[in-house]
Amino acid sequence: MAANADELLGLHRQMLLIRRFEEASAKAYSQGKIGGFLHLYIGQEASAVGAIANLGEGDSVVGTYRDHGIALARGMTARACMAELYGKVTGCSKGLGGSMHFFDAEKRMLGGDGIVGGHVAIAAGAAFASKYRGLKEVTVCFLGEGSVSIGGFHEALSLAALWSLPLVVIVENNEYSMGTPLERTMSVHDTSQKAHGYGMASDRFTSGDVLEVKRRVGEAVARARETSKPTLIEVRTYRYRGHSMSDPGKYRTADEVEERKKTDPILRAETDLRTLGLVDADFARIEAEIEFEIEDCLRFAEESAEPGEELIEAFTYA
Amino acid sequence: MPQMNMVQAINDALRLELKRDPRVVLLGEDIGKVGGVFRVTQDLYKEFGADRVIDTPLSEGGIIGAAIGMALYGLRPVPEIQFSDFIFPAFDQIVSELAKFRYRSGGEFPAKMVIRTPVGGGIRGGHYHSQSPEAYFIHTPGLKVVCPSNPYDAKGLLLAALRDDDPVMFFEPKRVYRAARSEVPEGDYTVPLSQAKVVRPGQHVTVLAWGAMLYEAIEAANQAAAQGVDTEVIDLRTLWPVDIDTIVASVKKTGRVVVVHEAPKTCGFGAELIALINEKAFLHLEAPPVRVTGYDTPFPYTLEMDYLPLAGRILPALIETARY
Repeated sequence: MAANADELLGLHRQMLLIRRFEEASAKAYSQGKIGGFLHLYIGQEASAVGAIANLGEGDSVVGTYRDHGIALARGMTARACMAELYGKVTGCSKGLGGSMHFFDAEKRMLGGDGIVGGHVAIAAGAAFASKYRGLKEVTVCFLGEGSVSIGGFHEALSLAALWSLPLVVIVENNEYSMGTPLERTMSVHDTSQKAHGYGMASDRFTSGDVLEVKRRVGEAVARARETSKPTLIEVRTYRYRGHSMSDPGKYRTADEVEERKKTDPILRAETDLRTLGLVDADFARIEAEIEFEIEDCLRFAEESAEPGEELIEAFTYA
Repeated sequence: MPQMNMVQAINDALRLELKRDPRVVLLGEDIGKVGGVFRVTQDLYKEFGADRVIDTPLSEGGIIGAAIGMALYGLRPVPEIQFSDFIFPAFDQIVSELAKFRYRSGGEFPAKMVIRTPVGGGIRGGHYHSQSPEAYFIHTPGLKVVCPSNPYDAKGLLLAALRDDDPVMFFEPKRVYRAARSEVPEGDYTVPLSQAKVVRPGQHVTVLAWGAMLYEAIEAANQAAAQGVDTEVIDLRTLWPVDIDTIVASVKKTGRVVVVHEAPKTCGFGAELIALINEKAFLHLEAPPVRVTGYDTPFPYTLEMDYLPLAGRILPALIETARY
């Protein structure tokens, strides 16, 4: 049981870091320190954390515009991420990208992406490159269920299956495309069924239990790594905040949100950890460590410089 | 030195680079076993195998998207879009992803590739096999745009484009594919990007052209000479970043300029060229700059030769501009 506790503790800590990071960024946004668009991952943490826990150094991750949690789960620092939100030159994309453009070549984080569905074929290409080089590396691509109605998603699945690529495509189905519920945008609500048309393996589960997410995505990662076969996974999840900070989320009831919080993955992990013997003092210590990390990244972002004018054109061409 | 047409010259460049650089892969519709609809990739599948010369489904967005992913991981993909008219399903990938990748990742992820695609009219292709969409891509920062007019340049420019670190749109004038032959060295050589070529020196008027229309500009210049108008013809070769120095030097000499392109007039590349000339050589101009272009209509089928800015339409523009 101890090994299990250690594993769960590590995943719990990552999820909590993401939640506190997002809460801090929401606060900074409302203070006017972060501009533009900010899409929070709060509620969905188990999806990225459980999935990415299966990956090693050479594996690649591609995400959507809701990419903060994915980047942190991939091991990018809170400093580099917060500084990017603040638009500072110390950010992971030198303050040139912002919230939707978290990149890290060393961690093989191939970005968030602001074009819905545009990144899935790119993930397939990265998986192709691994296979071409004869390396047993896996690419994991996250997308929202809104992407499934876009052609780019289908072209990517078509190529991944045809070329037998080591790709795991994870649809984070949070039930809302911005403000429109699933029932009004899709004729088939189980997006994993799209795999059948391409002869791909598929799976479908909820994000309530991070260990379950890890185990189930782990099967797909192993399939990709050992047999170079793609998998389409739907993770049923839920975001507690609006689509972005400018969305009050009035298209759903407070009761619905409260009901869904009962299956919160962090709450679940905490309950399970208490069963395994952790006590209040343990959680207080974790909270304090994370609070320190968040305060540090905020201070770092505050104190960093904005990119200078010389960077306006610097990265347009080589 | 062997004589080659443009199809053979491009095929030769691709073969050389596939041999030289294991990171290079080709992908596109029918490019493998079939060798491409214009046979530009003929026999490369046999020589380099299905892993490096890859047949794809009809999936332009998927082709360019996958090529971007390959490029992020250090491969040098060379996707072919079968006709540049079919590039629009991939427009999002090119404009939103490819052109911006280096910038939006703060330099972390350059996305290098050369997109090859046949361009232009003159083969009775009608609406969807004849267009010249270069201006959309010139308008997109982050891309380079090349259009050779002859076999020698096609090989040298393609090798230069493949070795350049930026994404390059390589437009191949399909009307010229087998129409023009020239001496093409067998081995490795490059024609530098962003260097225009004065193909016919002249004193009275400058004409700017590229691709298949270069031949029309030369023909018109030869006819103008009979009427006493001495025309300088410049082949731009690389459309962006354009060799503005060569253009400005010529316009300062002649004081008169005519731009020729197949694409529709409005917001075509000619508009940008004339704006640049106005900015950099306004006081040297002795006549209003003139555009001889395709019409602001869809590309016609039966009326193709009326639509294209052939020598017959270029000649009066040269004469009128010279005598203004």
